[in-house]
Amino acid sequence: MPLLELICPAGSLPALKAAVDHGADGVYLGLKDNTNARNFAGLNFDEKSLKEGIRYAQGKGRKVLMALNTYPQPDTLPRWHKAVDTAADLGVNAIILADPGLMGYAVRTHPELRLHLSVQGSATSYEAVNFYRERFGIRRAVLPRVLSLPQVENVVKNTEVEIELFAFGGLCVMVEGRCLLSSYACGDSPNTFGACSPGHAVRWEQTPKGMETRLNGVLIDRYADNEKAGYPTLCKGRFEVQGETYYALEEPTSLNSLEMLPEMARMGIAAVKIEGRQRSPAYVAQVTRVWRAAIDSVKRAPEQFKALPAWMAELAKVSEGSMNTLGAYYRPWK
Amino acid sequence: MKLPAFPKSLARVVSRLPAWPPSAAFAAACNRAAWPTLGELDWSAAHGKHFRVHVKDIGLSMYLSVAPDGLRAEKAGPVDVTFTATAEDFARLSLRLEDPDTLFFNRRLLIEGDTDLGLTLKNLLDAVDWDELTRRMPLGMGRLAQALRRRTGGGDTLAALP
Repeated sequence: MPLLELICPAGSLPALKAAVDHGADGVYLGLKDNTNARNFAGLNFDEKSLKEGIRYAQGKGRKVLMALNTYPQPDTLPRWHKAVDTAADLGVNAIILADPGLMGYAVRTHPELRLHLSVQGSATSYEAVNFYRERFGIRRAVLPRVLSLPQVENVVKNTEVEIELFAFGGLCVMVEGRCLLSSYACGDSPNTFGACSPGHAVRWEQTPKGMETRLNGVLIDRYADNEKAGYPTLCKGRFEVQGETYYALEEPTSLNSLEMLPEMARMGIAAVKIEGRQRSPAYVAQVTRVWRAAIDSVKRAPEQFKALPAWMAELAKVSEGSMNTLGAYYRPWK
Repeated sequence: MKLPAFPKSLARVVSRLPAWPPSAAFAAACNRAAWPTLGELDWSAAHGKHFRVHVKDIGLSMYLSVAPDGLRAEKAGPVDVTFTATAEDFARLSLRLEDPDTLFFNRRLLIEGDTDLGLTLKNLLDAVDWDELTRRMPLGMGRLAQALRRRTGGGDTLAALP
């Protein structure tokens, strides 16, 4: 069983190379369509760049995990099947799935292909994880970012499935696999379109009142000149509620669980995941090298581990919103 | 090493110049230096679209479009999408020292207009193999870009850390 594998995002071939060159144990990526939840224009891999990416990463002993974590619809199901076939044929190390129907197809068609349960599958208990293990033989589950560390440990202790945790990156309302907020404004949801707030629905405009963000014409935020901006998603917008305008759902923040690495190592977390396939090779390089150094440090001497200020500063620079949080992992009142 | 700021007095002069010569010079330089590599990506989603690169501290706007054979300079006028940042931030982006989303969060990069087109251009530029791009640049420009990248950080700021 692996321990604290570093899994980094790759939205392009240069991002994949940056992850590998800066010490990722594995990268995760998707195809240029709505079969994955980062379906943005110009992003992701076609067959040619995927082949080259697999050659580059596996040539250096790293893994390539392919996200196929949206929910196929009846009229376009063959696209998802073909994507599973492509992943198997080109030899990725695993595919990351959310839809049980697609898992069934993968097991029947490519029994040797390793399956990971996506965060979009929204399995928060060991019963749910073990269900996917029994039915589809999943080998790893990525847990939703809603559990405290003791709750995560309860899952780890009661399953033979490897557990992967989100370690760093943008947070959302985290109703993973079931969030329809974006559909409410623009008709597309991450589950089927592959992106919340797709580019075609987003408009930014600098106005005398500040920079306005609109989603399908709906004003979701207005930033004064000195305010940091967040991604243009409904969950991070500011809305007028009973005469008061504020972050009615949540404030844009980033998860940074780096200081919890010793706990994660003790619990036997198989892998930690860095969010951000939509981001540039520069981000991937910056974040990967910090997490590589931190994981090496915790593996060398867990008792002496300290989250160095220089690491935290480097991570804070690239974060969404003006603050970092331990998210649900840290709930002292529990 | 920090890239130098552009003098304000000079910016006032530049902002009064017509847009055509800088757009044409930029397109020509880019086509010569970078298009052999950039051209290998699929730009079809951007064909026929007009965009503006607005260098706000210099007061300079370049009007451009992408054609199958390279960048084209366009006359000033309505565009599909506008990118606004300072000269230093555009330079840091092109040297791949800075992440566009980080600049956006910090309000140093603004994309106005057709966001999908803006994302297409941003993501395609991110998909360019930088080493390949600079290796194929003529007249020692690639070596210059690589040296500049190394001297301005080059992602090595943490090299000395444990």
